[in-house]
Parts: sequence; structure tokens; C-alpha cells
Amino acid sequence: MTHGDVFGLLAAGLVVLAVVRLLTAGDLVRRVIALNIASGGVLMVLVLVAAHSEPPDSVLHALALTGIVITVSVTGLALVLIRRIESPEHGEQPHDNEVPPDADHDDGPHDEHIQGAHGGGP
Amino acid sequence: MGVLLPMLVLGPLGGAVLLALLPARIRPWLTVGLAAALGAAVVVLVGVVAVGGVVHYQVAGWAPPLGIELLVDPFSAAMLAMTAGVSLPVLIYATGTELVRGHEAFWPLVMMLWSGLNAVYVTADLFNAYVALELMGLSAVALVILGGSSAWRAGLRYLFIAVLGSLLYLLGVALIYGQTGTLDMVGAGEVLTSGTYAFTALVMITAGMALKTALFPMHTWLPAAHAAAPSAVSPLLSALVIKASLYLLIRIWFTVFGGAAPTGLPTALGVLGCAAVVWGNVVALRQDRLKAVVSYSTVAQVGYFFLLFAYLAPALDAPAGSTQEQVALAAWTGVLVLVFSHALAKAAMFMAAGVLAIAHRSDNLNDQVGAVNRMPGTVLAFAAAGVVLAGLPPTMGFMGKWQLLQASMVGGQWWWLAVLLGGGLLTLGYTARVVRATFDRPGHAGRDQPRVVPVRMPAMSLMLTVTAVVLGFLTLPVAQFLEPVLPAGALP
Repeated sequence: MTHGDVFGLLAAGLVVLAVVRLLTAGDLVRRVIALNIASGGVLMVLVLVAAHSEPPDSVLHALALTGIVITVSVTGLALVLIRRIESPEHGEQPHDNEVPPDADHDDGPHDEHIQGAHGGGP
Repeated sequence: MGVLLPMLVLGPLGGAVLLALLPARIRPWLTVGLAAALGAAVVVLVGVVAVGGVVHYQVAGWAPPLGIELLVDPFSAAMLAMTAGVSLPVLIYATGTELVRGHEAFWPLVMMLWSGLNAVYVTADLFNAYVALELMGLSAVALVILGGSSAWRAGLRYLFIAVLGSLLYLLGVALIYGQTGTLDMVGAGEVLTSGTYAFTALVMITAGMALKTALFPMHTWLPAAHAAAPSAVSPLLSALVIKASLYLLIRIWFTVFGGAAPTGLPTALGVLGCAAVVWGNVVALRQDRLKAVVSYSTVAQVGYFFLLFAYLAPALDAPAGSTQEQVALAAWTGVLVLVFSHALAKAAMFMAAGVLAIAHRSDNLNDQVGAVNRMPGTVLAFAAAGVVLAGLPPTMGFMGKWQLLQASMVGGQWWWLAVLLGGGLLTLGYTARVVRATFDRPGHAGRDQPRVVPVRMPAMSLMLTVTAVVLGFLTLPVAQFLEPVLPAGALP
């Protein structure tokens, strides 16, 4: 078994385990971590494909970096949302769909969303 | 004219930054103005493509493989036009009341979403498509959670699904790059050889995109997210966002893989599509909330789009002028016309549902009693949109279904007929159920003092519906515009 095979199996295993966990876990933070591990597995495949050529293909390294940036912004957005969902004052009380959130208090996190997505922009 | 292509992505992105910095008071009409300018640019681009064919642009003058290539052919031009044609009326609708947009962050976020959608349609590069998908997905999630605390859970679930779908896509792209050494879609298509390696990539990408397009049975996130989103966001999600992943899937299948697919995969997609039509429609019939009915209707309509793969795959190696070529041509134009008619009709339906929900302070079907007298235009828009979705003549939906019926008859694939016709009947069923709920009922007074809704809101909904009906008469030029990019490899 070559190094490539070992890392290939490792990456595939990471992706499969993480996707199963992402779809089955009940706890929200666990699901964010599973998403990060799945993304780690996919990026490992990118690096592995890059290592096939000599010298290693730098295009794929750049892609992996972009992938990391996108994963970070997604994780940030997910964590902000989870904090809001699980915060005591916002609990799970039923709301009318058409009621807007309290416009003045919610400014901060929305700005973060905008920046988060910019981080992954082209 | 190539410089228009990066402008279609950078324009709305810059607009989003600008809008986020400006005070909320001036955002609404400034956004509408920006949208009108973007719409004008798209009209010019469609004209250029119709006259001169494909438009290319190389960012900063760098040629592939190092540079980023942008490309617009008639298929992508039509998708750009669909995006602009739905976004502009939705934005005017959103100026009506704050209740339909949830929060003033709506304006910059819509522009960012638009930038992501345009980026998906103009890119000729596999990896930039991934970045565009993520830009689109993040803006869409942020727009969903503007629906208030009841939308947060649905938004988070949508985020997980959207990112998982993109990751599967990225895995497929890595495998394609590993074999071809290029990220250019056309270039990769020329080098790619079929085999286990390539088919693994295709299966990954198909799974990822089917997840993001909400193909049955991977659809459960869609009704939750689309129903919980603010009423001006749901039409954008249902009409536009799911189409971007569908577009990319069609590109990958036919531009990169040239239609080569593992035996059984196209049929499997067709069967899942049929299941989606039946399941989505039946569940839509059983909902008691307006926006849930419309959301499940989207699940059903997505099923029709996936029939494309089942129709086209057998025709790929056929000689020119054969029966299979006719089948491919009819299925291709049929499905695309259905995609466009769904965009118009579904946006109109969600907008009408939003008007009813706001007027009655509830989107429960039982609270809509008497709406047909108070707001006949809104109920008419909803009903007519249902007729377009069901595919009755002379609407655009009928023209699309007619092409698919012909494809089935000519190609001898008669078994899809039952689904095409039965799905239409069920669509009429849930539309009629909603319309009946708006009639006066003896012993039911209806809601007291419904809110007054600005006239432009139902007017925009009605306008989109009328467009979907009128375009039924203009299907021939639309089909001729799209014909040259018929993706089947063996066809001219």
C-alpha cells in the first residue's frame, strides 16, 4: 500500500463518517463539527490529487485554501445561528411566520452574515 | 460586449456592499433602481447572444488554464434573463411592507444572492461554480432566517444541506481535475474518458446537486425553509435558487460528461422525478397552510425537471435525423420551458400567498374566508399560477408539457405520460382547494378588518402570472433561441 492509498482511504473514511454524523446527530454543534470534518476529508482529496504530479500541483493547493475560507465562514454563520436558537430568551416559542425579528436588536449578526459570505467571494 | 459578464457578478456584489452601508430608509427604491439597471444589462446581453452567439470573457486577460473564463451561451443567457425577470417584480413587491421582507438586511442580501446566481450562470470553470454556489447558498440561508425565530431552525438545516451538497460537488470536481488536469468545463469534457473514476465523480456531483435542487427523497429541507422564509424571500428561493443547482447539473452532465453516464443512472433520476411529482402533489393537497401548499408544489415540479436526464440519455449516440434526435430536441425544449414557466408561476403563487397571509395576519387556509371578494386580483393570480403549473393550454406550462408528451410518444417511453397527466390533475386539485378556502362560507364571518396591502404587491404577482400565460404563445422563438445549445453530444 502506497502513501497515496493510505491517505485516499483515510479521506474517504473521514467523508463517510462525517456525512453519516451530519445527517443523524441531533445536537446542533455536533453537526457543525461533522460538517467541518467532512470538509476536511474533501480538502484532503484535493491535496492528495495535487500530490500525484511532481512538483505538486499548486492550483489544487489554492483551491483547498479557498475551500478552507468558505468552510470557516459557513462555520461562523452556523455557530451564530445555533447560539441564537439555543439562547434562553429565544427558546422554541412558536411565532407567527410573518412577525419580523426585533429590527433594532438584530443588527450585529446580520452584518456578520454579509461579511461571512464575502470571505468566500470570487 | 464581453465586459458585461463580470459586471453581472461584480455589479450586484458592489451594490450589496453599498446598500449595507447606506441607511435603511433609502435602500428599497435604490435596490429597485439597481435591479432595473441589471435587468437592462441582461436584455442587452440576450440580444447580443441572439444575434452573435456565444460571448466569452477572460478576466484580466488571462487565458485558461490559468485564467478565469466567463462564457454566456443561449442556455445561460436564458437563465440570466429568468433571474432578472423574476427578481425585479419581487423587489418591487418587497417595497410594499416590511412584513414581507422581515428585516432591512433583505436588500443587500438579495443583491448578494443575485450576484451568486449570475456567477453560476456565467462561469465556464468548475471551481468558480463551487464558489458561486456557496455565495448563493450563504445569502439564501441569511435571507431565510430573516423570517424570525421560527425560521432559524429551518435556516440552519438549509445551511447544512446546502454546504453538504457543495462539498459533494467539490469532491467530484477534484476527481475530474485529477483525470483531466483542467477546471475549464469544455476543456475537461474533451479530455475526460469514461470509467469508474469519472463515473464516481458524476455520481458525487449528481447527488450533491440533486440534494440542493431538492429531488425526492432529499427534499425535506425545502418545505421547511421555503415556508418559514419571509414572503418576499420564498418566491426567490423557489423560482430561482433551486434552478441554479439544476443548471449546473445539466452543464456537468452534458458539457463535461457529454451525456456519458453509468447505466441506470438517468432512469433512476427519471423514476425519482416521477416519485417527486406524485409525492409532492399529494402532500401539497394535505397541507393546511398556504405557504406549505406552495412549497410542496415546488417539490413536485422539481420532479419534471429531472425527467430531462431520462429522456436525453438514450438519444445521445443517435445519428442525426433519427427518431431519438427528435425525442432529445422535444425533451430539451420542453424541460427548459417548464423551468421558465415554473419560475414565473411559482414566484407569482408565493407572492399571492404572501399578500393573503399579510392581509389576514395568518397563512392558515381556514383564515382566508372571504378573500375572493375582498382581494379578487390576488386570488386570481394564485389560481392562474396554479393553471400554469398544471399545464393547461394556452399557458407556457402547457407548451412545456406538450413537448414532453411528444417526446414520450415519439420515443415510445409512454410510461412517463401517466405522471405528466396525473401530476397536472393533482396540481389543479390543490389550487382549487386554496381557491375554495377563499370563498365566503355560511356561518363563517372571516377575519375582522384585514390589513390593507399596497396595490403594487398583488399587481406584481398578477403581472408574473400574465407573463407566464402570454409567453405560452411565444414558446416557438424561445425554443429556437435555445435549440443551438442542445447538449446532446452527437447532435449538431
